[in-house]
Amino acid sequence: MAEILVLVEHVEGEVKKVTLELLTLARTLGSPSAVWAGPGYSAEAKARLAEYGAEKVYLADAAEIADHVVAPKAQLLAQLVSSAAPAGVLVAATAEGKEVAGRLAIKTDSGVITDAVGLAEGFVAEQSIFGGGVNVHSRVTKGTPIIAVRPNATAPEPSAGAAAEEQVTVTLSDADKAAKVVDRVKQEKGARPELTEAAIVVSGGRGVGSAENFAIIEKLADVLGAAVGASRAATDAGWYPHQFQVGQTGKTVAPQLYIAAGISGAIQHRAGMQTAKTIIAINKDPEAPIFELADFGVVGDLHQIVPQLTEEVDKRK
Amino acid sequence: MNIVVCVKQVPDTATERKLSSKDNTLDRDAADGVINELCEYAVEEALKIKEAHGGEVTVLTMGPAKATDTIRKALAMGADKAVHLVDDALHGSDALSTSYALAQTLKKIGFDLVILGSESTDARMGVLAAMLAERLGTPQLTFARKVDVDGSAITIERVTDYGYDKVQASLPAVVSVVEKINEPRYPSFKGIMAAKKKPVQTFGVADAEVDAAQVGLPAAWSEVAEFAVAPPRAAGTIVKDEGDGGSKAADFLASKKFI
Ligand SMILES: Cc1cc2nc3c(=O)[nH]c(=O)nc-3n(C[C@H](O)[C@H](O)[C@H](O)COP(=O)(O)OP(=O)(O)OC[C@H]3O[C@@H](n4cnc5c(N)ncnc54)[C@H](O)[C@@H]3O)c2cc1C
Ligand SMILES: Cc1cc2nc3c(=O)[nH]c(=O)nc-3n(C[C@H](O)[C@H](O)[C@H](O)COP(=O)(O)OP(=O)(O)OC[C@H]3O[C@@H](n4cnc5c(N)ncnc54)[C@H](O)[C@@H]3O)c2cc1C
Repeated sequence: MAEILVLVEHVEGEVKKVTLELLTLARTLGSPSAVWAGPGYSAEAKARLAEYGAEKVYLADAAEIADHVVAPKAQLLAQLVSSAAPAGVLVAATAEGKEVAGRLAIKTDSGVITDAVGLAEGFVAEQSIFGGGVNVHSRVTKGTPIIAVRPNATAPEPSAGAAAEEQVTVTLSDADKAAKVVDRVKQEKGARPELTEAAIVVSGGRGVGSAENFAIIEKLADVLGAAVGASRAATDAGWYPHQFQVGQTGKTVAPQLYIAAGISGAIQHRAGMQTAKTIIAINKDPEAPIFELADFGVVGDLHQIVPQLTEEVDKRK
Repeated sequence: MNIVVCVKQVPDTATERKLSSKDNTLDRDAADGVINELCEYAVEEALKIKEAHGGEVTVLTMGPAKATDTIRKALAMGADKAVHLVDDALHGSDALSTSYALAQTLKKIGFDLVILGSESTDARMGVLAAMLAERLGTPQLTFARKVDVDGSAITIERVTDYGYDKVQASLPAVVSVVEKINEPRYPSFKGIMAAKKKPVQTFGVADAEVDAAQVGLPAAWSEVAEFAVAPPRAAGTIVKDEGDGGSKAADFLASKKFI
């Protein structure tokens, strides 16, 4: 079966959920080979990749791969594209994943498609563009298809693979090493799932009213095991950190469930969440455009409704 | 310092955006063209660096004739001059050819620092800066929320999921910025008037030494096979809170097996 490279996303040695999704997707098109870039590889990581069907694991765990911005990962994949001649390369459509894909496309003279929400026979990618208004089917016509797939595009399903390891040494040029990471600053990272990866996102907007009031959004998120998001009105007001902004100039999320509390549903906000499978809106204004998207909506004061919902969920779960 | 800012004209997100059924590319006539929002932040950062270190800010746009509006906007903010890469051969260019055409133009006009937005609002690929760095062989300093230039050394804070990375390189370099980096200035009346007199150089593909066979729809490395307007979402259930709104929402979650 045709080999498909899947670039592994990992944090502190732990394989991220999006990689399991990509392995699941790759199995429908061929035989997945996981590509591990940078330090942190372990027996647990290998077991995880095997569990989700990686037949091979290309292991390039040299520290210098992580010490420079993006280019070393693209170089590693380019080397593997040349030696293994895979049918395609899948990366996660995260900020960094897309940049790796872009550089790899140039190195291998191949086409690149970003933000795929589905992938079919012949690497035909499905994209949802213009804030979910238009569905597109596209394909790479030159070189090796390089596809950046959005988190939550597929449900991860286990299926054992051999995970046969093969050590790889990357040869980096001076240009690959030109941008050096001199410090990594970790800011409050709670126990919550990452925004773009989370199956459930609870977001608050201007209607939340203050930074302190975001506690009620966080409480609901925590009983649901969800990530917290915010509208730009809320991040601009300084009520919630900027990296949690959902929308056109923030993160794009496509969770199973999106709860919008005190968010009007401006087009720029919708651009970041419209493809969520199920949407719940809580807003005191029955005319708020967010209700046009909602599978379920409650018209009323979020300061009453959200705590009650939190309590009910806690009771019933 | 010779700073070039890459600025893109995009269809206004407030108007309906479409693909053209003629060739499956963006229908640029269907919507008003505006400057890509993150490009304003890129222009602002370029002006700040110029104010601190001296030099000149050049705006570079690849786009149809009407993209001159976007160029004027950047000049009105305070950029010194512009290069407009415009040629029918460029219509339908994908990311590979766009990065190629911009890289060729950059080589031609020269630069110490290239600044881009981190993402456009139409295609939202977020790849152009990385691709330019690859093509130019210069350091990639992308998703910057802070940029510091000191002589030929440049340091940025690169936004990550966990916080940020401090990244160091030397000039020349390619930078992309996120909206957190600054607050773009509004063009003043004086700025708008002055912009009308600032030089805008028009380049065709030949002027930029761009091989016409490597750009445009026929050369694209990928294609849109088909597209369809997404069906509207089915109307949902909307209830008014009568003191039991939270509880009803919980019922809904239970019915969908979320709890
Ligand atoms: C180029 C550009 C890019 C942008 N990018 C983004 C982006 O990435 N993300 C984004 O979110 N926005 C973005 N915006 C801003 C966007 O246009 C809206 O201004 C923003 O989304 C509004 O946020 P909001 O819904 O929280 O606030 P508002 O529009 O003010 O809505 C607040 C809502 O809360 C409701 N409310 C108030 N009090 C209560 C209460 N007690 N209980 C229940 N409901 C209540 C109100 O009825 C109202 O509907 C962008 C704008 C531009 C021009
Ligand atoms: C809906 C849609 C989907 C698309 N999908 C793909 C795809 O999957 N693969 C593909 O190869 N092509 C695709 N294209 C084509 C692609 O958008 C263009 O080639 C585009 O120029 C580069 O992508 P971007 O605007 O997303 O760049 P981004 O990387 O998001 O843009 C970042 C920055 O690059 C600079 N920049 C971008 N374009 C220009 C320009 N013309 N002139 C000056 N500066 C510029 C700006 O500073 C901008 O802020 C798509 C186009 C559309 C409309």
